[in-house]
Amino acid sequence: MSKQHKKILTNNIDFADQHQLAAYESRGGYQAARKALKMEPDAIIAEVKASGLRGRGGAGFPTGVKWGFVPKNTGKPIYLLNNADESEPGTFKDRVLMERDPHLCLEGMIIAAKALGAHWSAIYIRGEYAYPATRIQQAIDQCYAKGYLGKGIFGTDFQLDIVMHRGAGAYICGEETGLIESLEGKKGQPRIKPPFPAVFGLYGCPTVVNNTETLATLPWIIENGAAEYIKFGTEKSPGTKLTSASGHINKPGVYEIELGYPVMDFINNECGGIRGGRNLKGLIVGGSSVAVLRGDELPPLNMSYESMAEAGTALGSGGFMVMDDTVDMVEACLNLQHFYSHESCGQCTPCREGAHWVEKIVHRIHAGQGTAADLPLIEDVCTQIAGHTICPFGDALVVPVRSFIEKYGEEFQNRIDSAIVSQIGGVSVGNAR
Amino acid sequence: MSGSTEKMELNINLTAAAEKRLQELVKRYPSAKSAVMPALSLAQEELGWVTDQAVAWVSNRLNLPRSHVREVATFYTMYYKKPVGKYHIQICRTLSCYLCGAQELSKYLRQRFRLTPGEISSDGMWSWEEVECLGSCGTAPMAEINDCYFEKLTSDALGQLLDRIEREQPDLRYSTIVGALGGGLKGHPKSEVWTRDEGL
Repeated sequence: MSKQHKKILTNNIDFADQHQLAAYESRGGYQAARKALKMEPDAIIAEVKASGLRGRGGAGFPTGVKWGFVPKNTGKPIYLLNNADESEPGTFKDRVLMERDPHLCLEGMIIAAKALGAHWSAIYIRGEYAYPATRIQQAIDQCYAKGYLGKGIFGTDFQLDIVMHRGAGAYICGEETGLIESLEGKKGQPRIKPPFPAVFGLYGCPTVVNNTETLATLPWIIENGAAEYIKFGTEKSPGTKLTSASGHINKPGVYEIELGYPVMDFINNECGGIRGGRNLKGLIVGGSSVAVLRGDELPPLNMSYESMAEAGTALGSGGFMVMDDTVDMVEACLNLQHFYSHESCGQCTPCREGAHWVEKIVHRIHAGQGTAADLPLIEDVCTQIAGHTICPFGDALVVPVRSFIEKYGEEFQNRIDSAIVSQIGGVSVGNAR
Repeated sequence: MSGSTEKMELNINLTAAAEKRLQELVKRYPSAKSAVMPALSLAQEELGWVTDQAVAWVSNRLNLPRSHVREVATFYTMYYKKPVGKYHIQICRTLSCYLCGAQELSKYLRQRFRLTPGEISSDGMWSWEEVECLGSCGTAPMAEINDCYFEKLTSDALGQLLDRIEREQPDLRYSTIVGALGGGLKGHPKSEVWTRDEGL
């Protein structure tokens, strides 16, 4: 079987009635949760550790290891939070899961809750996702009506309550401590770590925050076992990953691909190739916060954490954005830097100020008013931001601009050179003194 | 509570349905504080934007300082700090939509309404703005009108959609989205997403 034809997460998402509890169960739904509720929590954690499942929100941290950080017997409740704040530009995979297979998301939460000993859980859905929110709420209501949530789930003594919570338009709430703050009814500004959420999370209690896709993978792992799961993918990147492809391709959409699948095969097969038969100029493989790749870098690469790390980028959130040779890379870079300057939460000075500076400098280069000092100045500002902020947003915002300048430096330089020439000639607006 | 807070409370008058809904919501969380965001959403749905009364209502019902409620309201972009049109159009401007022609949609709206982002049309019907990635990149370019997504748009398609909204005046708010299809415009909000087995 070739790598692209194996499915774990999307087997049933094309059934129109999959969001209904009865239909979900008729296709084997909630069997894994029933099984998990009869297992020892440590056995579930061991199985997930053995599966090598890595967090699908972007960071790729091993899920079972993250669970292992939760201290036992603190006397405090333990909380499980499903991070469905999907806001990384280019990413729309969790939306598909919630809209089309909401019970799969909930079943994953039941399994994780049992493993962690959590009895209260929330799914935090970005505010703009009104339709996915109604689907999830409907699924929650169906579960309560049938006794699949609440007290005594599936006839066991296990209790779990799940709350659907809507965000309200803040990218930063996808950062796990920002999400926790937001869920406490505050501004979603990230916390200084340590302490990590596993020890001090929601209302000071041990808390695990997992991405929606990560949790939705659990039913398959519990049902089929870690040994089966690791048959998919590569040694360091087991399993499959939802990839949301967009931009200049013929068939944008959400695809489940086996990790390790060659990037060019994905573009040419699933994505249907580049629109209009044009050439591929750039690819952002995992959301806007990972480094852009030039078309000529792609042939040796495959869709795995390790291959992307070797290429100096990251698999990230699966936000796969393709740019053809018509794209003005200075403008594309400006587009992303505008995103970051708009979304900086304002807590840390290097990010709050730096995000705007970077955008302004790229803006003036794009507007033909750049100077020879501007590229070094951008780098200087980036150096002041990276590593000097509470959360990874600061690092995330310098990645696109640095990589665009590194990969498409001649386009930036040409803009600056022509600006200087026109300024010497006295025709530039910037020179009209 | 101070005297001035009590005065503000006198003006609070949300529907019984909203009051009941908030009571249900509060019970779901480990602490009532967590209900600030859903409470603000409820108030905004009723009042159109986060008015002083909306802040006072949330503050009163959740027993939190108005300053805290205001702080939360101003942090999140989906809470409107000033009135918006009955139909508020949000054009996604971020990379994938930009690559697929979002600028054409903005240009169309500028010409149709002659409004700058943030202004409201004189009949109170329309306002618009550009926003960051709405997670509908595979169906770019797109717009969100109130709580509904409209995808794979062109300026022509957007124009026809707005004509239809003008005629039918549908309810595109969150609370009206039920079942498989949305309220208001039949067929929306419905995301079109291709999976491997579908396609061209």
